[in-house]
Amino acid sequence: MSNENTKCLVEVQDLQQHFPIKTGFFSKTLLKAVDGVSFRINPGETLGLVGESGCGKTTVGRTLLRLYKPTGGKIYFDGTEVTDRNMHSYRKEMQMVFQDPYSSLDPRMTVEDIIGEPLDVHKLYKSKGERRDKILELMGLVGLNAEHATRYVHEFSGGQRQRIGIARALAVNPRFIVCDEPVSALDVSIQAQVINMFEELQEKLGVAYLFIAHDLLVVHHISDRIAVMYLGRIVETADADELNDNPMHPYTLSLLSAVPIPDPETARAQKRIILEGDVPSPLNMPSGCAFRTRCRYATEQCARECPQLTDRGNGHMVACWNK
Amino acid sequence: MDTAPNKNPLSLQIDVSRFEKATDEEKRQQDVMSESTTFFKDGMRKLMKNPLAVGSIVVLVLIILTIIIAPLVVPYSYSDIIKVNGKRDKSAKNLAPFEYSKQEQKFIDEGGKVFPHIMGTDSMCRDYFIRVVEGTKISLTVGLFASILVLIIGVLYGSISGYMGGKVDLIMMRIVDIIYSLPDMLIIILLSVVLNETLAQSNSKIIQSLGTNMVSIFVVFGLLYWVGMARLVRGEILKIKSNEYILAAQAVGAPSGRIIRTHIIPNCISVIIITTALQIPSAIFTESFLSFVGMGVKAPMPSLGSLANAAREGLQSYPMQLVFPAVTIVLIVLAFNLLGDGLRDAFDPKLRR
Repeated sequence: MSNENTKCLVEVQDLQQHFPIKTGFFSKTLLKAVDGVSFRINPGETLGLVGESGCGKTTVGRTLLRLYKPTGGKIYFDGTEVTDRNMHSYRKEMQMVFQDPYSSLDPRMTVEDIIGEPLDVHKLYKSKGERRDKILELMGLVGLNAEHATRYVHEFSGGQRQRIGIARALAVNPRFIVCDEPVSALDVSIQAQVINMFEELQEKLGVAYLFIAHDLLVVHHISDRIAVMYLGRIVETADADELNDNPMHPYTLSLLSAVPIPDPETARAQKRIILEGDVPSPLNMPSGCAFRTRCRYATEQCARECPQLTDRGNGHMVACWNK
Repeated sequence: MDTAPNKNPLSLQIDVSRFEKATDEEKRQQDVMSESTTFFKDGMRKLMKNPLAVGSIVVLVLIILTIIIAPLVVPYSYSDIIKVNGKRDKSAKNLAPFEYSKQEQKFIDEGGKVFPHIMGTDSMCRDYFIRVVEGTKISLTVGLFASILVLIIGVLYGSISGYMGGKVDLIMMRIVDIIYSLPDMLIIILLSVVLNETLAQSNSKIIQSLGTNMVSIFVVFGLLYWVGMARLVRGEILKIKSNEYILAAQAVGAPSGRIIRTHIIPNCISVIIITTALQIPSAIFTESFLSFVGMGVKAPMPSLGSLANAAREGLQSYPMQLVFPAVTIVLIVLAFNLLGDGLRDAFDPKLRR
């Protein structure tokens, strides 16, 4: 284990995040937002995390950065376990880009102060001039002009705001960035620009990403490997191309069939797999495999036991009894 | 253009050949952006464009200037009977504006100079103008200090409750609910009666000079009127806390103190300013009401409410004595309310964009 630990940058083992939810006047139920998620990310690699809304993708990202205190499981960074006590130093290594470029930037601060905040908190400069130089360098890195430094965020468009958010994440020179649906609030033309920028930054700086999204096309484009989540668990992981060409889990199949295809004739030939029923409430999860209530292949075994991720060759892991 | 692909006749695609290239000059014109403004400057600009708010500011400045200048110019004191040539003038009772008493008239005829009674005199032969000015001063002071008291208690209580959340928040807000449900006028009257009894025995110089009623007014404001402010501040902080930029600051590793100082307080300051501006007229109004029913400031100290109360007795013969303080109350309360509304329009982020 220790051998592999030295190789990978971030390793998550059996991460659990349960929130107590008030269901009655006195009764409480656990909401299992994340229930036993494990994955590893190598330096400079991108892991895509997909799944529908409410399946716990964002919670995984936030728990990874200890914005929520995990209720179970372990997180290793560079071979050492990350705990509450040593977290502050890891804040320089792990950063986050948020989903909503409108609410993730303080409207009362100038761009300079927003990007400078991580520098202030970690005292990464010796003089005012050095601080300003660093900020301007970061702004150049994400394609913002130097004269934007003294402006307020309400003067920027969504794409530019997201660039500011990225510059803030890069300020501490991290080795790992959690990108929490960084493009889903942007329109398609801007999405492409920002995605390409993420790739360029990875090439230049060698950062690793956990790229959370619900758009499989975007994730396939940027990721080396993809993990598919359903109701707090990972149901399938594989290399990006392998997952795209040879999906195994019934949920991944239906997700892939829902991806819009630009050419109308191929699109017509494709059969969409439409899932029946609603997503079960995470407060009241079905027994065994969480997906069985909507799965065409469900058997009795699925109701009894929860399938574990098993290797189907080439690191293609699937959690399903029937595939 | 011959390189353009053949166009479907029904296509809405734009024909590139019909456009001409922008010159460098034109490109440069597109780059010009408006001057970057801070939130405060932007708000002040909007406030100055609002004629009602500017009018209120002018009225308030005039009133405050009068309070400062009038006692220096007018040779009368609010508590003393008018003296003519060093002698008390008992005939100067209930004079109309700019009227002179018999003794004063005689003195003027002899060549002496008497400062005119701009608003006449009251039933105790005191100059009414200086009494109204003094009353305005006291009413304004009470309003301002009561609002500051409300501001301090409300903001502290609300921000603690909002930032801590959970059980602390629950208990603190239930206390607020209880205070909110008390009938405030009843409590004010009861409290001022009780405080009058207890404070009268104290020998503290500050309390003696202020008058026990005045102290009880402050106590009442400190006890009862902060709840609205506390609720507002708590709500605002809960709203700000849910924004992702707070999470972002936590992800960066910023300590709680820094988050409160640099993110939370600057984002709720406008709500606090607006509420304080609207709290002042409410405090003035309450003070006037209490003075009117005889539970306000102690005689001979005038306040606008007690002046109005005194004028009530001679209402049929000397209506002007009621008109002056009443109009002043209306002016002050209206000006503060309009100013508060203007501030809200200018600074409330919900009304921006």
